Amino acid sequence: MITLEKLTKVYGHGENAVTVLDNLDFSVGAAEIFAVVGPSGAGKSTLAQCVNLLERPTSGSVIVNGENLSQLNESQLRTARRRIGTVFQADGLFSRRTAAQNIALPLGYLGVTSRESKSRVAELLDRVGLSSRADYYPHQLSGGQRQRVGIARALALKPTVLLADEATSGLDPDSTASITSLLKELRDDLGLSILFITHEMQTVLQVADSVARLDHGHIVESGRVVDLLRDPSSELGRALNPAKPAQVGAPDESSWFISYSSAGVPTDWVTRLAADLHSPVSLLGASIETIGGNAVGHATVGLRASDPQAVIAAAKRLGLDARLTDSVTDSASSPKAGAAVSADDLSDAVPTDRGVTDTGAERGTERAEREFAA
Amino acid sequence: MSATVFAGALFAGPVLAGPLRANANDVPLADIPALVLPALGETLIMVGIVMAVVVVVGVPLGAIIHNLARDGLFPNPSLHSALSWIVSVGRSLPFLILMVAIIPFTRLLTGTNIGIAAAVVPMSVAGIAFFTRIVENSLRSVPPSLVKVAKSSGGSSFQIIRTAQLGEAVPSLIGGLTINTIAMIEYSAIAGTIGAGGIGYVAITYGYQRFDNQVMLATIIILVALVAAVQVIGDALVRLTTPHSSTASDRRFARKVARLDIESANAASPV
Repeated sequence: MITLEKLTKVYGHGENAVTVLDNLDFSVGAAEIFAVVGPSGAGKSTLAQCVNLLERPTSGSVIVNGENLSQLNESQLRTARRRIGTVFQADGLFSRRTAAQNIALPLGYLGVTSRESKSRVAELLDRVGLSSRADYYPHQLSGGQRQRVGIARALALKPTVLLADEATSGLDPDSTASITSLLKELRDDLGLSILFITHEMQTVLQVADSVARLDHGHIVESGRVVDLLRDPSSELGRALNPAKPAQVGAPDESSWFISYSSAGVPTDWVTRLAADLHSPVSLLGASIETIGGNAVGHATVGLRASDPQAVIAAAKRLGLDARLTDSVTDSASSPKAGAAVSADDLSDAVPTDRGVTDTGAERGTERAEREFAA
Repeated sequence: MSATVFAGALFAGPVLAGPLRANANDVPLADIPALVLPALGETLIMVGIVMAVVVVVGVPLGAIIHNLARDGLFPNPSLHSALSWIVSVGRSLPFLILMVAIIPFTRLLTGTNIGIAAAVVPMSVAGIAFFTRIVENSLRSVPPSLVKVAKSSGGSSFQIIRTAQLGEAVPSLIGGLTINTIAMIEYSAIAGTIGAGGIGYVAITYGYQRFDNQVMLATIIILVALVAAVQVIGDALVRLTTPHSSTASDRRFARKVARLDIESANAASPV
């Protein structure tokens, strides 16, 4: 269990002061995976460094299992760091140490006897499925395997909190999937609280229970992943599961964007909706999936029914949210058709809106540079 | 007939006969090994002692200066520039001048200003300054992310320096040590001018002051061979300590990995 209370980090003084993190409040429960997403320059890496106590927050607290770790002195801090395992981005392995020696590193720092260390390392290698690679050097391992070694090392001292700082960035999709399933397995088996910091929305969908979106040092939106996906007004929800361009419906149909907004959506909702409205339902585009056992998704449909209020009411009875997409003629001429309702403002999720993406990226870089200079 | 005599005969006209001609005072060819080999032993002792001192002092000093810098483990800008300045002064003096300049200090430490003991002091001073810079440079090439890893793994400053900085820089440090050792062999020859003994002393007293070209040639051959040997050993050690260098053992390992992968693939999906 890890809690951040009013965590603030300011670099520089006076006029040059840059607030990189501004009053962050959130809590990651036991056996929960909490993702923090945001574009580069949002403050993600500073957040990671404050959480694993490499940087001292300007104000506010990092509380692990009820103990406030941000008020410790330097030597206490060193001990406290051991309670938080950190998985770094792919380059965190010592090149001159084998997989086993890399994992043994924190045990060596702690002064564990070599016999104990050996058995613990063997256990950890087995845990991450790399027993046959114990004596391999990092350059002899694949990216995914190196990251598994990093995870094993982070777990060496039996922490209750795991911080994954861009742990899957730069990995191929297969390796990313294997790392996220390993993290979920560890969460279930060891009851770990995992804080997963990333810029990859797709990975969040794979791994996280809850998610917060960090932008310019503020948490702009947060919640359980399923809730966000089911909330049609959530920008973050739409960014997590963006709608792809849909087909264009018949000229006499109006185009509707339907999204799953509750748990009880029947699987035959298309048929039921058609029966209810006495209108055929043309399926123009859809994405339905289960995230952590919960059905979520959205569809673009064409309806001949004329009364919008009736459509909305009928959809609501089925646990769906229905919205008219922009006018039918607009969706016919625009390539983004069914995506019309989806997050226009979410620069890093929707690549269609170039203007927003560009300014977002620029602001990000500028910010990152200032962070660097400070 | 020796090569020098041959060369002398070739070039010596009646006018240019002087220095190149073998003269009566020359050490006979058969006696040269007896003269040069003990001198080689002295050189090895001198350089050996100096290098031991250089490593013992230079490694910690280099690591401390590196970590006193702004992004080091214990930043302290004023102490950093003070130490850095002292090292720079040591580096900027030509060895011959340094050696003469610190004679009072040498006398204080060893009680003498000639011989091996007296040569070791200025050589160590110059060597430490040299090696400190090499250590700093090697540590700078270690990815800073490893220090973060070590910190978050609960390492103390000492543990972090040992494992994440020096440990990762070993091949680079050995490369630097090779350069440093060769420089010290050169310095030992310069130290020969103050009667330090060793190959340099033989080269100066016999080769230079007595125009004994055979001895001079013998010392040159020995110095070249010695430097070459140090370089070859150094290079081999660098390869040995770099796991990701491409060596024969690495290629064997790659074949073994491929075999293991095939075996495990077969085991996973039996035909």
